[in-house]
Amino acid sequence: MDRVAEPLPVTQPDAMLPRVARVTRRTRELPDTWTLEMVAADEAPLPRYAPGQFTMMYVFGVGEIPVSISGDASDTSRLVQTVRAVGKVSEALTKLSVGDTLGLRGPFGTAWPVADFYEHDVVVVAGGLGLAPLRPALYQLQAERRRFGKLMLLYGTRRPEDILFRSQLERWRRQLDMEIEVTVDHAGAGWRGHVGVVTKLIPRLAVDADNAKALVCGPEVMMRFAASALHDIGLPEPAIHLSLERNMKCAVGLCGHCQFAGGFVCKDGPVMRYDKVRCLLGLKEI
Amino acid sequence: MEGLESIVAGHRLFEGLGPEFITLAAGCAKNVRFNADQYLFHAEDPADWIYLIRHGRVALEMAAPGHGAVTFETLGEGEIVGLTWLLPPYRWGYDARALELTRAIAMDAKCLRDKCEADHDLGYALMKRFLPVLVQRLQTTRLQMLDVYGPRR
Repeated sequence: MDRVAEPLPVTQPDAMLPRVARVTRRTRELPDTWTLEMVAADEAPLPRYAPGQFTMMYVFGVGEIPVSISGDASDTSRLVQTVRAVGKVSEALTKLSVGDTLGLRGPFGTAWPVADFYEHDVVVVAGGLGLAPLRPALYQLQAERRRFGKLMLLYGTRRPEDILFRSQLERWRRQLDMEIEVTVDHAGAGWRGHVGVVTKLIPRLAVDADNAKALVCGPEVMMRFAASALHDIGLPEPAIHLSLERNMKCAVGLCGHCQFAGGFVCKDGPVMRYDKVRCLLGLKEI
Repeated sequence: MEGLESIVAGHRLFEGLGPEFITLAAGCAKNVRFNADQYLFHAEDPADWIYLIRHGRVALEMAAPGHGAVTFETLGEGEIVGLTWLLPPYRWGYDARALELTRAIAMDAKCLRDKCEADHDLGYALMKRFLPVLVQRLQTTRLQMLDVYGPRR
């Protein structure tokens, strides 16, 4: 079943009405990036979500932005989202304290089709903060590890000190059932790992390329080159899935802010198949 | 020599190269090894050797004032250290340091250049193998320059 071709249904009765959530924990991931754990302020369960989906996070009096979910979808006790301070709203989100409230709409959008990958090798390619929307998929892949073939995570970021979820990557690597390669664009002499763009790691992959599946998330230029490199080693285009990012406002395909050719990233994405979007990725008008 | 020829023929760079060219190329080659943190060469040294990595990893570094040595690329098995041998003045523009025990085929650059001059078929065959490496390095450098993970400008 092609799960990403059809958007998941909006799970709230009124998708435009925020629910009030309370921050229960905040974790500094990087100097400008924080992970917030939240529960509903009314103690009722928050809606379930699928890996790859996002919510609209609303800081009262400041504004609302889309933020991908970075937690474990099987843990229904809390919602976990990772935010980098890049603008007014995201900065306000990173400054919320434990006990503060915020508005949440969603979850919205299409999901990583992990359940369609049973029996296949799976390659996850993440760039920078793109690891956050992929983490729920990695949790699911780990939870159902026996159902998949080889599992590989390639992660590229700017510098060693910018590695997101570092302790978790180290834990996963120690488990020995997922290959993890990390590369950085620049490093000092103390770094013993790879240096270079993440796409350079792809030709070295030992996968059953004809039958492998890939999930890719990061800056769009990086995704374009990563998807192309994955295709070059033999992955069919429909086997490669990307998570796109656009300026989403309503999150339900009404306002048109995130229009992407004939579709909307909020409703038809963010997760899309490479063969459906390949021709659009290089178009600066889109 | 036969052993070295088969090692040269087995390197990714020379895949598909005819046996007569392999023999010519192997005539310029020797096996080398570098311990962790040993330098293959330093910036401004003459580019006398090309290194085809068989095992291990090598960091390419440039010293930047106030930053010390900055690694801009690491290379591993099957990759090539040193493309400067192709163009005058044949001097390295960066340092190359083994990150771990590294074994490589070292090819005498002058020997190879002379053979390419004498036999343009060999020269063309080698250029066809080195040019994609240069283009790939250029493309990845462009991506690095875009600094896609940095703050949006």
